[in-house]
Amino acid sequence: MKLPAVEIKSNQCKGCGLCIDSCKPGVLSLSKAFNLLGYQYAEYKQSGCTGCEACYYACPEPGAISIHKEKKVQVQR
Amino acid sequence: MSETITTTTTVTKGRPEAIYETFERKSGKDKLTTHYCPGCGHGRAQKLVAEAISEMGLGDRTIFISPVGCSVFSYYYMNTGNVQAPHGRAPAVGTGLVRARPDSIVISYQGDGDLAAIGTAEIIHAANRGENMTVIFINNAIYGMTGGQMAPTTMVGQRTLTTPSGRNAATEGHPMRMAELIATLEAPVYVERVSCTDVKNIHKCRKAIRKGLQLQVERKGFSFIEILATCPTNWKKTPQDSIKWVQDVMEPYFKPGVYKDISATVQPLPRPEPKTDRKELEKILGLQSGKTVAKTTGKIGERRIKIAGFGGQGALTAGAMLATAGMNDGLQVTWLPSYGPEMRGGTANCSVVISDKRIGSPLVTQPNVLIAMNRPSLDAFEQEVAPGGIIMVNSSLIDRKVARTDVKAVYAPFTELAAGLGLKAAANAVAIGVFLAHEKSIDRERIYEVLRTSFKKKEAVETNIRAVDAGYEYKA
Ligand SMILES: Cc1ncc(C[n+]2csc(CCOP(=O)(O)OP(=O)(O)O)c2C)c(N)n1
Ligand code: SF4
Ligand code: SF4
Ligand code: SF4
Repeated sequence: MKLPAVEIKSNQCKGCGLCIDSCKPGVLSLSKAFNLLGYQYAEYKQSGCTGCEACYYACPEPGAISIHKEKKVQVQR
Repeated sequence: MSETITTTTTVTKGRPEAIYETFERKSGKDKLTTHYCPGCGHGRAQKLVAEAISEMGLGDRTIFISPVGCSVFSYYYMNTGNVQAPHGRAPAVGTGLVRARPDSIVISYQGDGDLAAIGTAEIIHAANRGENMTVIFINNAIYGMTGGQMAPTTMVGQRTLTTPSGRNAATEGHPMRMAELIATLEAPVYVERVSCTDVKNIHKCRKAIRKGLQLQVERKGFSFIEILATCPTNWKKTPQDSIKWVQDVMEPYFKPGVYKDISATVQPLPRPEPKTDRKELEKILGLQSGKTVAKTTGKIGERRIKIAGFGGQGALTAGAMLATAGMNDGLQVTWLPSYGPEMRGGTANCSVVISDKRIGSPLVTQPNVLIAMNRPSLDAFEQEVAPGGIIMVNSSLIDRKVARTDVKAVYAPFTELAAGLGLKAAANAVAIGVFLAHEKSIDRERIYEVLRTSFKKKEAVETNIRAVDAGYEYKA
């Protein structure tokens, strides 16, 4: 997947929608399906995430959202 | 020769290390999510606290105090040291922690019912003492856990379970601004209110929490961070509307901002040296070293004693002395005073159990021994004495005989004997003497020992010893 990207663990989401509201590019939405807890969950539209982390901080659940990013590192050879 | 090349790696921002991966302590099947409702402000705030702990490398040093309230189960989640405090008492528990473990980072995490209602005294005094701790105060304007009753922070007009037509300032008072209140105190170093709403403000929360923890690391003292947070469930609002309500209704009254910050000028607190030397502690507390070897034969069974009199007669003290003497003799003892309106004249009483085995209950409902120091005491407890038991009557003040025929009665003029020694107040010591004469459970010397440590003045010790002897030797 193209980075940055958001990963949402559907079974740790309680469907509050706060991440969706916080996402400026609007790349998150609520599923039609229900998860194991009985909630409709947040989903990533699979492109357009800027890695801003707004959704991560908006989410009350500790493990539901992860943001993957590329980071440049310098290594000595 | 080495060269520097630039490559890319993937970094992930996810669950902070200071939150467990799976919540083993949580009951039920789902051990991956919290028990918080969708959109709950606690979840966000706790995640920020955990993130700060992790990134500042404080996980191994932190003690997180869970309060009573919706965050009572924080110890399910926080991968730190954890203590769960009684309702409102987190800052008092924290005080003990910071003093006994001065290198720990102590976080007192509390709701507004916990901190601003039942725990008002604890927070004010911990703040006033400037304890080196960080308080995270979750202001969600309601009692969450118990189903939405009014909190001291509930807004005027806000409907709650206990203010069904809205909080009325005339009858329920005004919402309490805790940050402002704490900031008026001399000792606190840093007091800020933040609002956990949109991205910008969440970052302010994040910064404030870090600052509070950093100041604690530097031993700069007490910091207080109030976080305006949502309770969608009890506000009966969607998570979105709840955030809007914080912004539109709470923020204008509970204005976010820094209310006090003297961190730049304040000197670090000295590190207290907890005393852990056993010998030294025993000395400070006036305790004896080690377990006493029983001096009597020790086979006394279980004696259940009730001592009653009017306030000021020393019934409670007499009980404590008997219990202490028994303890010094290597026996098991309990002492349970009964306070109450009786303290003013009627009957004050205590229950003492002295036993050669472990004691199941300190309550004495059927005493083997009743020491009645005045008439109301005899009237109140005569019927409770176990058949075959013994009643010791202060005949100076009790003008009647024991009516029961299935118990033994002993009459002695406690008060007159004491007055004869010039110390009416020693009637309780006379009572102890009478007790010892008829109940061979404790050696008289043990009582003398207790008397010697109970009074500073030598004459008082001697008069009391003579009073014990007078009771012991009294023949009706
Ligand atoms: C001594 C005592 N009194 C009362 C209660 C009942 N009680 C439990 S939680 C609570 C209020 C909690 O409200 P708050 O501190 O605002 O926390 P929230 O649940 O909103 O996070 C009360 C009164 C209790 N558990 N213990
Ligand atoms: S990281 Fe930012 S852009 Fe990406 S999904 Fe989250 S809020 Fe949207
Ligand atoms: S904020 Fe978290 S819990 Fe709420 S919908 Fe988004 S992922 Fe789910
Ligand atoms: S009742 Fe309110 S404070 Fe408690 S978990 Fe639910 S939303 Fe959070």
